[in-house]
Amino acid sequence: MSQEALHPGTDRLTHLQRLEAESIQIMREVVATAENPVMLYSVGKDSACMLHLAKKAFYPAPPPFPLLHVDTTWKFRAMYALRDRAAREAGMELIVYQNPEALAKGINPFDHGSLHTDMWKTEGLKQALTQYGFDVAFGGARRDEEKSRAKERIFSFRSANHRWDPKNQRPELWKLYNTRKAKGESIRVFPLSNWTELDIWQYIQLEGIEIVPLYFSEERPVVDRDGLLIMVDDDRFRFRPGEKPVMKSVRFRTLGCYPLTGAVESHAKTLPEVIQEMLLTTTSERQGRAIDHDSAASMEKKKQEGYF
Amino acid sequence: MTARNMTTPGDFHDHVYVADRLIAEDIDAYLDRHQHKTMLRFITCGSVDDGKSTLIGRLLYDTKMVFEDQLASLEHDSRVLGTQSGGIDFALLVDGLAAEREQGITIDVAYRFFATEKRKFIVADTPGHEQYTRNMVTGASTADLAVILIDARQGVLTQTRRHSYLVNLLGIRNIVLAVNKMDLVGYSADRFDEIVADYRAFAQKIGMEDFLAIPISGLAGDNVAAPSANMPWYRGPTLLDHLETAPLNDSRMQDHPFRMPVQWVNRPNLDFRGFTGQIVSGQVRPGDAIRVLPSGKTTTVKSIPTWDGDLATAVAGQSVTLTFADEIDCSRGDVITAADAPCEVADQFEATLVWMSDAEMLPGRPYLLKTGTQMLTATVTEPKYEVNVNTLEQLASKTLALNAIGVVNISTDRPIPFEAYRDNPDLGGFILIDRMTNATVAAGMIHFALRRSQNIHWQALDVDRDAHASLKNQKPAVIWFTGLSGSGKSTIANLVERKLHAMGKHTFLLDGDNVRHGLNRDLGFTDADRVENIRRVGEVAKLMTDAGLIVLTAFISPFRSERRMVRELIADGEFLEVYVNTPLEVAEARDVKGLYRKARAGALKNFTGIDSPYEPPEAPEIAVNTVSQTPEEAADLIVEALLRR
Repeated sequence: MSQEALHPGTDRLTHLQRLEAESIQIMREVVATAENPVMLYSVGKDSACMLHLAKKAFYPAPPPFPLLHVDTTWKFRAMYALRDRAAREAGMELIVYQNPEALAKGINPFDHGSLHTDMWKTEGLKQALTQYGFDVAFGGARRDEEKSRAKERIFSFRSANHRWDPKNQRPELWKLYNTRKAKGESIRVFPLSNWTELDIWQYIQLEGIEIVPLYFSEERPVVDRDGLLIMVDDDRFRFRPGEKPVMKSVRFRTLGCYPLTGAVESHAKTLPEVIQEMLLTTTSERQGRAIDHDSAASMEKKKQEGYF
Repeated sequence: MTARNMTTPGDFHDHVYVADRLIAEDIDAYLDRHQHKTMLRFITCGSVDDGKSTLIGRLLYDTKMVFEDQLASLEHDSRVLGTQSGGIDFALLVDGLAAEREQGITIDVAYRFFATEKRKFIVADTPGHEQYTRNMVTGASTADLAVILIDARQGVLTQTRRHSYLVNLLGIRNIVLAVNKMDLVGYSADRFDEIVADYRAFAQKIGMEDFLAIPISGLAGDNVAAPSANMPWYRGPTLLDHLETAPLNDSRMQDHPFRMPVQWVNRPNLDFRGFTGQIVSGQVRPGDAIRVLPSGKTTTVKSIPTWDGDLATAVAGQSVTLTFADEIDCSRGDVITAADAPCEVADQFEATLVWMSDAEMLPGRPYLLKTGTQMLTATVTEPKYEVNVNTLEQLASKTLALNAIGVVNISTDRPIPFEAYRDNPDLGGFILIDRMTNATVAAGMIHFALRRSQNIHWQALDVDRDAHASLKNQKPAVIWFTGLSGSGKSTIANLVERKLHAMGKHTFLLDGDNVRHGLNRDLGFTDADRVENIRRVGEVAKLMTDAGLIVLTAFISPFRSERRMVRELIADGEFLEVYVNTPLEVAEARDVKGLYRKARAGALKNFTGIDSPYEPPEAPEIAVNTVSQTPEEAADLIVEALLRR
């Protein structure tokens, strides 16, 4: 954060400075105690913030762990472009993992519904963590995203088969994180736990963090499917009878697999305009994701099974 | 329908509209203002029906943190699960986990976020039941402020007193007494005054310096975000006004001397060595003289490099990297302090513990202790007293169970830099971790160092058998299993040892087969050799009891006289004979090692029970069998008898 922002006239820290300091403290604690940490990098705006905080935490050294992208092969093309560049610029190794079974079976969002998420993301993540023997994985989840996340710890323990037990979480007192674990167990660490969506946006603006252009409005080809505006990002898109892409000024509030991610109609082309729209909007962030619609408690179920 | 349309205009604080207009008309000005907000963390406590979740739901709603889809889901849930007969049940906004929603109670700590023009807020919503004391303590550990809810109809209850004691114990200095449900007592000023007077008397008793009482209704919104038209007699701030102006812990720590626990040493190449950490108090500038503790070495700060350039000053709360003018030893766990105002270093303390584990505290057992950025081994004494959190009585106690709070002495395996918790929570707060399960079992707060820590380690000690035993915090014993081959001695002995081990006891199991592979491999199975076998085992067991161990032996040991010989070797009351009374037919039918078959076939001579006698004990301390009891039951019986001694 700029000198001016760091010292706004008094000794007191602003809320963003406190959040930044907390995230950095968490990351350093992991590096000091973990054997083989990794940072999950999904290329979204939260990942972008997390990566930026890591660069600051270990400056002048590059962050001493690799980035892991659990790929589904169905992300937006713009995400792949930024992913490779961001890793290179941070001086970090980038591991791209694609579940070989999902690849062999051609699992895709058009034919396989929730199996697509299960195999590419949930299973893919477990496989990658096991294969590389990562004992701690940073994730960009925030407590304000969803009710069951509000109760998750910053250091969240997973059994040897990557399950989360919400009834058996370790108490987190002060800044004292208990990082001890048995062989085979792993920890998911969420340095952005206490950030809200607005905090993330504001930090991106203040720090000039590069994010995928899909967050900004542009004329894009979309189809209106089951109430979601889906962008036709490549020629693998399967049209239903009668569907035709139309050009609309849209942007994305969250990014995932392009056939599962709803766009919102918008004319916000700059960060302040995006933030303005976000503040005046009336739907919460995750509504653009098809994954949450099943039931209010669906995220909790997915998390217990190992979804991030 | 938007959240705004849902409410009547009077419900809203004006600033919500102001913010909306500013966002719409001048987003840059709005962002500039938002950027300079501060952050307050607070905890809400109250018993189950005091309306905690409703109040938090109301704060989220009144500060426009509820989105349209959440509101739709809330309205739907209120109809299905709500307790407000058709009206909006704000509590449903904050009760997170599925199990809790069904039970209608909050069982964990949930963190919620909302913001106003002046501040961002993080609120820890914690359960009220006594069995969730640990959750409340967790939520309180990071809070700048506590809101203690009281149901105006009920007044000050046992739970109110417990919560107040806990937030005071955790050092929260800013306490709001929110007298809730004023709508249900006719907004009566008399009732409010009565409750406040009651509470004031109690607050003085526990040494709480000050508190602010506000009459509110979480459900109706009175004095939450907007002043209440129903209570013109109340002239103080609304809850939200107070939250926006209350002092922050960070600010308090700025005036304290500089301290920074070293988290991680950044050494990317030979030219750079940076000491990273979060400043817990005071400030630091390049050129400042600093002292590294516990070593006491001094140097000056060379620079404070960051991604954004070198800093001229760094303050409490910031995570920074420092470089030194001289190459001095400094590593994770050390504390960098102002050279002329270092903190104390000690290895024995008096502290308050809040026990957080189902497994009770074991005095004398080594635990891992984490404080600041260091982890070390520590043992705790028996509590000096336990506090009854409901009555505040000090009770005698030998241990601390889940949710119990007590005062103990702690001794660490090396000296650590520290400060009293009330002066500097980051250097006086600690957690205890179980070394076997890795569970966080306790939260602790250092009161002061014990004076004997300056010299106790330099006194010469006669390390006798009592010293060995007291270090292990146990009474040594020999548990002598006797019985036929295949009666279940080893099985039960193994189970007993596992149970004792899990309880933190220091044990050793001498097993017949294993001893015969080494120590006694020159011995056969003649009667003379059997006697010598037992004599040697008895002597070894005796040495081990002198070392303070609980020894388990599993030998057929068929003869009364040898067993008596061993009994006489061992100190009075430390020999427990366990007769595993399994009938010959049963043991022979099991024939786990195939020995009975060989003996019957004449291939094994002098086999106990076949061609060599077994003399059952006449008065064993414990008798078990494996016919009517499971090995598990037998083991429990033995452990019980051992601990009863």
